[in-house]
Amino acid sequence: MDKIVLEHVDFVYGTGTPFEHKALSDVSVRIAADRITGVIGHTGSGKSTMMALLNGLEKPTAGKVLLDGYDVNATAKELYADWLKRPEYQNMRKSTAKKAIRAEVEKRRRNLCFRVGLVMQYPEYQLFEETVFKDISYGPKNMGLSEEEIRIRVPEALRFCGLDESLLEKSPFDLSGGQKRRVAIAGVIAMRPEVLVLDEPAAGLDPLGREQIFEKIRQYQRSTHSTVIIVSHSMEDMAEYCDDMVVLAHSGIVAQGSCEEVFSQVSMLDGVGLDIPQITQLMRILRARGIDVPENVYTVEQAAEALKRHFQSLKGTDT
Amino acid sequence: MAESFIHAENLSFSYKGQNGADDIPALKGVTLDIQKGEYVAVLGHNGSGKSTFAKLLNLILEPTSGTLIVGGTDLSSGDLPDDELIALRRRVGMVFQNPDNQLVATIVEDDVAFGPENLGVPMPELRRRVDDALAAVGMSEYTDREPHHLSGGQKQRVAIAGIIAMRPECIVFDESTAMLDPLGRREVLDTIRMLNRENGITIINITHYMNEAALADRVIVINDGSILMDGTPDEVFARRNELRAVGLEVPQCAELIYRLREAGIPVRGTEISTVEACADLLSAAFSAEGNHHG
Repeated sequence: MDKIVLEHVDFVYGTGTPFEHKALSDVSVRIAADRITGVIGHTGSGKSTMMALLNGLEKPTAGKVLLDGYDVNATAKELYADWLKRPEYQNMRKSTAKKAIRAEVEKRRRNLCFRVGLVMQYPEYQLFEETVFKDISYGPKNMGLSEEEIRIRVPEALRFCGLDESLLEKSPFDLSGGQKRRVAIAGVIAMRPEVLVLDEPAAGLDPLGREQIFEKIRQYQRSTHSTVIIVSHSMEDMAEYCDDMVVLAHSGIVAQGSCEEVFSQVSMLDGVGLDIPQITQLMRILRARGIDVPENVYTVEQAAEALKRHFQSLKGTDT
Repeated sequence: MAESFIHAENLSFSYKGQNGADDIPALKGVTLDIQKGEYVAVLGHNGSGKSTFAKLLNLILEPTSGTLIVGGTDLSSGDLPDDELIALRRRVGMVFQNPDNQLVATIVEDDVAFGPENLGVPMPELRRRVDDALAAVGMSEYTDREPHHLSGGQKQRVAIAGIIAMRPECIVFDESTAMLDPLGRREVLDTIRMLNRENGITIINITHYMNEAALADRVIVINDGSILMDGTPDEVFARRNELRAVGLEVPQCAELIYRLREAGIPVRGTEISTVEACADLLSAAFSAEGNHHG
C-alpha cells in the first residue's frame, strides 16, 4: 500500500525573481507503507525540498502530495463538491456542512506535521530545553496531549532511541554528541508519527554511533510498522538498512524501486554523482574476472554467504 | 635522520572543568612523529581526542603539558609571539567539516585571497597565488562566482584553495567530507592526494570513513586520548576485533575477508585496504582452491 504519493510535483524557489530556481520538476513517487525507503541524490538534487513537502513545510508549485490518498494541500473549496456527498455531511444543511468541512481540512493541516515527523540534519542543534524530559515533551505538548499521556510517551521514545531513563532530568547540553542526536530524534518519535523522515541521521557520527542509530531506526520501524524515509549520502548504509530506494538527480526522479533494482544501475548512478556500495564494487570485479558469484550483492553479509557457497562448490567439483 | 615536521612527546591536553568541576583530559601523553610529506589519516570514535590533537597543531588549543614541535617551532608552552603565531597558522592550514562556515567573501576569488591578503602578500603575487590555488583544486572557471551557489564539494575545494594560497606546508582536514555527497567526497579526496603527491604537502586527514583512511600512507588510531594503533592501512585494518572494540570498523572489503577467514576459507595475503587488492586476494584464493581440486 502506498503511504505517500507525489503526483507530478514541481517546486520553484523565488518565482519571478532573478534567483528563480526549479528545485523539483515533474516528480512522481510512491512511498510504501510499513517499509524503510532511502532517498539518495547529489547535493542540490532536490532531496531536502522533497522532504519539506511531505510534512507541509512547503507547498508544491504544481502537482499533488497525497498522504493515505488525501491531498494534504487541498483547500476546503476544492473538496466541497466531493465531500458534500459523503454520508457524514449529507444530512447537514449546506452551510453547516461547509463549515464542518472547513474545520476538518484545517484540523488535518494542523495535524500533518505531527503525522509526518521530520528529523532535520544535525537536529541536536535544535535542542533548547532545560532537561531532556522537557525537550522530548515539546512536540507532544504542542499536539495538546495530556500530562499523563506525555509521561508515557517520553520514556517510550527514549527507549526507542536506546537511551537510559536516568538521562531524563539531565540538561541535554551535558550529553555527548551521539546522545544529543538521539534525544532530538526521540523528540519526534514521541509524537508517534505515522511517517518518520530523517535527513542524514548519522552524519558526523563514528562507525559505532552510525550503526546504533540505524539499528534503532530499523527496530522502531519494525515494531511500530510506521513508514520511514531516510536521506543519506552513504550508499553502504542505505543498502544495509533500506527496503526501497528513490534516486533524485537534477530536480527529478531517475530511479525508484528495491535496493537491488537501483544499485544494479551502476552507470546511471555514476552519471549523477552517486556510487554503489564498496562490497558491490568488489563483487562486480570478481564477476568480471570470470568468478561465478552473483552481481546483485549489497551487504557484507550477502557477499560472505555468496562467496562461502562459491568456495564450497569449488571444493565439491572433484569429489 | 630528517627532522620531523611534527614531533609530539608525552603531549597532553585537558579541557577546563566548568564551575569548579574537575578538568577533563582529552589527550593523555601522546608521543609521535610525522615526517614532512606524509599522508596520515587519524581515526577514533567521537570524543576520542582526535580533533583536540588537530587543534593543538596550529595552537587553536594550547598544550597542557608535554612537548609539541611543529615545523621547528616549539609550541609546548602554548605561548608564541604574534608574528610566530601568524607564521605557524600560515604553515599549518585547517579545513573543517561544514563548507558553509568557512567561506567569508561573496565572490570565490575574494575568498581565496582573504588569507594571503591578510598576510600582506602584495599584487601581482596575490593574483598569481589565487589563480594557482584555484587551478590546483580544479575551480578556475568559478573565479567570479558566488560561493553560496556552489555545491558542497565545490565549496570545500574553495576553502582548500584559500589555504593553498597561503602556501602551507601541512593541511589538517577535520572531517572535511562528512557533509558531502559521493561526488563531492571524491573531488576533495582527489585534491588531497594531488596536494600530497605533487606539492609535497603534509596531510593529516581526520575522518570517520574507513574507505578514506585507506587512501593514506599511514593510519593513526586514537582512543581515549592515547594512540592505540599506528601503521599502514593494511596493518591497522588487520586488527579488526580491536577496532570494533573501540567503536570503529574496517572497510567493507576487509570485513568480508575477515568473515571468510573466520569461516575457515583460506584467503592469504595482507593487502586488505582497497577494493582492487581484496579482489586480487579473493581471485587468488579461488583459483588456488580450483587448481587444488581441479
